[in-house]
Amino acid sequence: MSTHALSTPLAEDPPRRKPRRPAAPRLQTLDGLPPGPGRFNRSLHWLAFHGLPPLLGLALFMLGWQLLSLHNTSLPGPATTWAAAVELFADPFYDNGPNDQGIGWNILHSLARVGIGFGLAALVGIPAGFIIGRFAFIGRMAAPIISLLRPVSPLAWLPIGLLVFKAAGPASIWVIFISSIWPMVLNTAAGVAQVPQDYLNVARVLKLPEAKVFTRILFPAVLPHMITGIRLAIGVAWLVIVAAEMLTGGVGLGFWVWDEWNNLNVAHILIAIFVVGIVGLLLEQALVLLARRFEY
Amino acid sequence: MDKFVQLQDVGMAFDTRQGRFVALRNVNLDIREGEFLALIGHSGCGKSTVLNLIAGLLRPSAGVLLCHNREIAGPGPDRGVVFQNHSLLPWLSCYGNVYLAVERVFGAKENRSMLKQRTHDALAMVGLSHASHKRPHEISGGMKQRVGIARALAMQPKVLLLDEPFGALDALTRAHLQDELLRIVAQTRTTTVMVTHDVDEAVLLSDRIVMMTNGPAATVGEILAIGLPRPRERLALASDPAYHAARNVVMDFLYRREIRQAA
Ligand SMILES: Nc1ncnc2c1ncn2[C@@H]1O[C@H](COP(=O)(O)OP(=O)(O)O)[C@@H](O)[C@H]1O
Ligand SMILES: [Mg+2]
Repeated sequence: MSTHALSTPLAEDPPRRKPRRPAAPRLQTLDGLPPGPGRFNRSLHWLAFHGLPPLLGLALFMLGWQLLSLHNTSLPGPATTWAAAVELFADPFYDNGPNDQGIGWNILHSLARVGIGFGLAALVGIPAGFIIGRFAFIGRMAAPIISLLRPVSPLAWLPIGLLVFKAAGPASIWVIFISSIWPMVLNTAAGVAQVPQDYLNVARVLKLPEAKVFTRILFPAVLPHMITGIRLAIGVAWLVIVAAEMLTGGVGLGFWVWDEWNNLNVAHILIAIFVVGIVGLLLEQALVLLARRFEY
Repeated sequence: MDKFVQLQDVGMAFDTRQGRFVALRNVNLDIREGEFLALIGHSGCGKSTVLNLIAGLLRPSAGVLLCHNREIAGPGPDRGVVFQNHSLLPWLSCYGNVYLAVERVFGAKENRSMLKQRTHDALAMVGLSHASHKRPHEISGGMKQRVGIARALAMQPKVLLLDEPFGALDALTRAHLQDELLRIVAQTRTTTVMVTHDVDEAVLLSDRIVMMTNGPAATVGEILAIGLPRPRERLALASDPAYHAARNVVMDFLYRREIRQAA
């Protein structure tokens, strides 16, 4: 800033006759940043703005946790929990009978249940969404059923599952199924209804057969909506699985949490909370990556 | 062949929330084989509706439309449409968009290499061979419209229908594409109906200009034959009195007789 501009703070910068630096061609590096110390400064800047805040947040969280654990002796602090986690993950796949298995088995069992329940829901929900979205009559038929059943708490379906399947495993899969189907049905149907008329007019002018309309126009146009539905559904499924397993027992994260509560092993419960959170985060991120592949 | 496409007492009414809206009434029009017809009129008068009726995307609520003496009962690849907003499928490359049309029209009779050749030829005709692998979002607005034209022409339609194809483009690109369209239509001799609200564009390109009255219940107000010899050259026309005379007739119709009510 020139002194002139400083003396009249309200005035705009006077137009410069000459650029300050000679307009020599500047050296460019591959990443587009000028070489030299500026480059180092910039990466430091980047780190300060993007790397620092999350770290700071986590540090504050740990501090709060530590203080809380000092205050309340029944709550293990970060260090204790970490030590327990190291021990736990040292042997994740041991198997001492149905009620005592490694953390790895518990995670895999929960994931398998979510996978099956969610997979079945996708198998039913996505085609149902296409049909509901494409045929207005069927859409209106389905509307009252969906609006009635969708707000029901997932766990309310558990007794029905137990009644029909007479076993805990299929019952918790059933709960996953029924709670994760709605986002897929609704998002797919909304996607179909939102396919731009222009695209369908292209199909009409070309007189594409219905199968081609589906593969070349409807399916690709709806895909992003569908993936949103899948993402929401997985989120719900993973949210529900812990609660369902707590009620049904067997092997799985939810059951494990309940078991450790009975053992009054609070460190393990905290570990379970982190594991559920991290696995959920990874599932979500995987689907975000998938969705990005299908943005047009 | 004199009456290639015929519109006989065509009327179009839409059922809206406010009741029945009569957009077109008693539209009569004969389109000759090989001619270039421009449809001009104020925004909202019903130009797109006429075009969509010829395309078969809309069914008339009165009267009848004929193409080749057969009633137009629905859309079909014998009437290629270039939509106002290009309507390319974003998940297909330029090549894929054109190929979809080519495959549909010629797929039953020709093998893959012939279909590929047709697709390449169509893209070459609009000067887009270099961009055939690109997706629509990777190319400019003018290029998108070219792909739309290539897609429509690759079907070898009896009639080419264009709905304000250059409306959204900047003046230079528009002029460039107009020249290109002049060349292509001269080469293929396709019967063409083009909706426009640009008087210069209409005079430059067409054999006849159909001027539509304002809606509701719009109809054909006046038809002007443009006798300017072809091939036409933009710069030469600028000093041609016949060009200005034609232009003045259309301007007079639009801005004196059918002055647009304050919208
Ligand atoms: N699907 C429709 N439903 C109701 N009204 C319509 C519909 N399509 C067009 N219209 C009306 O018909 C008139 C003519 O529309 P359009 O043909 O699109 O005009 P233009 O292309 O000349 O601008 C307008 O008043 C428009 O609002
Ligand atoms: Mg229009």
